[in-house]
Amino acid sequence: MFADYSMGELTAIFAMQGFAGLILFSIFVLMALGLAIIFGQMGVINMAHGEFLILGAYVTYITSHVFQDVMPGLFSIYFFVAMILAFIASGALGMFVEWALIRHLYKRPLDTLLATWGLSLILQQAYRSIFGAREVGVTIPDWMMGSVYLTDMIEVPINGLFVMGLTVIIFAAVGALMFRSTWGRSMRAVVQNRTMAEGVGIDSEKIDRLTFGLGCGIAGVAGSAFTMIGSTGPTAGQQYIVDTFLVVVFGGAGSLLGLVASAFSISQAQSILEFFLSGSMAKVLTLLAVVGILMLRPQGLFTLKLRK
Amino acid sequence: MLNVTDLHAAYGQSEILHGLHLNVAPGEIVAIMGRNGMGKTTLMKTLMGIVPATAGTVRVGEAAIGGLKPHQRVANGVAYVPQGRMIFSAMTVQENVETGLTVTGKKEVPGDIYELFPVLLEMKGRRGGNLSGGQQQQLAIARALASDPKVLLLDEPTEGIQPSIIREMARTLRRIRDQRGLSIVVSEQVLSFALDVADRVMVIENGRFVHDSPRDGIDEAKVSKFLSV
Repeated sequence: MFADYSMGELTAIFAMQGFAGLILFSIFVLMALGLAIIFGQMGVINMAHGEFLILGAYVTYITSHVFQDVMPGLFSIYFFVAMILAFIASGALGMFVEWALIRHLYKRPLDTLLATWGLSLILQQAYRSIFGAREVGVTIPDWMMGSVYLTDMIEVPINGLFVMGLTVIIFAAVGALMFRSTWGRSMRAVVQNRTMAEGVGIDSEKIDRLTFGLGCGIAGVAGSAFTMIGSTGPTAGQQYIVDTFLVVVFGGAGSLLGLVASAFSISQAQSILEFFLSGSMAKVLTLLAVVGILMLRPQGLFTLKLRK
Repeated sequence: MLNVTDLHAAYGQSEILHGLHLNVAPGEIVAIMGRNGMGKTTLMKTLMGIVPATAGTVRVGEAAIGGLKPHQRVANGVAYVPQGRMIFSAMTVQENVETGLTVTGKKEVPGDIYELFPVLLEMKGRRGGNLSGGQQQQLAIARALASDPKVLLLDEPTEGIQPSIIREMARTLRRIRDQRGLSIVVSEQVLSFALDVADRVMVIENGRFVHDSPRDGIDEAKVSKFLSV
């Protein structure tokens, strides 16, 4: 399959597909971060995670229109406001859902699966009723358009660079929150042993609500970033939920480093294979590889070995 | 300091504790002895609010803590070292101790805790799960002390720990009591440890206290008869 291309072309292809893979990697990491907190830490399988993502995308869409109509002068920075609003909206909805639904189901994982699946259907229909079945896109401010030419043949899109930068910042913030803050310490304690965490004075219900809210809020930010890459429809979240779970499970639930490694390998494999094979063939090969590795390492790539 | 009256607790339909009365004075160490299945752990869990009490009152000082959740009881001055230690194994030793600070609002672990357990200071960067059983037990006690309790509950702290460390632990517990003036309730099956550590020994059988005697002048033969299988 490489025979039709010259050496220079191949380098350019690998560089650009590699970069496209990096953008996909950033999106994966952003999406999987929220899930890594909710699924990896709390053990809740949230089938509606994709819908929280889409909520963030719709909030961004609304914000862009408000800025266009009300204060066009500030349009170039609307995206930052939109991200904060997306975080708040998805996070608030997440906390409400935790309070109304999830907290009653912590000891019944299968019921959680069904309940959140139902929630995802409700949210999809809500989006359809409010925003219409058609996909919507946002206008990207001028400074995010276009691309940077590294050589004649290699160009990288600016919005891709922006998403990557955003991912690094959010990842660092989540890492610091989980491993350096009091809340993160309490969360890890609750995750490891809920009864004992209560027994040392941690209000586990409050921690659960904040944790779930944070995971959903990050999904909202991911959705916000997502609008720069693709358009948003009521069911767009469904396409990504499988990939996202794949990343979290492959990386080893609960490990942030594993999440990065798994998102990186899956996105790179997919992106480079996609150029030479068809999209579905690329997916089949990636999935096969992931399944094979998981058979050898059922706990995922990165796990802690400890005395129980 | 700890005042329990007519405490009942049940798992579903089967009642385990049938009306317990217990008074622990400030600075007193009480050992609760009994064979397996007599209700020691259930009593501890009920005092912590992990198992709900079906009747009775629990007071710490002036505060009635009967209906509160576990974390609220900790805020009211009860600390708990459970059977099997239950440390957070994936977290470092220091983080484990810091979880106990939650209700005090402090950021730093007070130095006197590491003074009591110097081995924890040496190992503060290690994960709790990689410690030996005796070290984990010390960690669990340190974590409980971090919440600055008035009453410390220990559930079978000697289980699975080598004899030399058991004697050391009795000394440490008395030292903690002398330094901090807190009350300690410890459930135990090992009579020698109970006699080493306690001011008063009570025996629980089938969810009722059947014997209550101060350490001095205790009828050892009678207590060990309760404990024999």
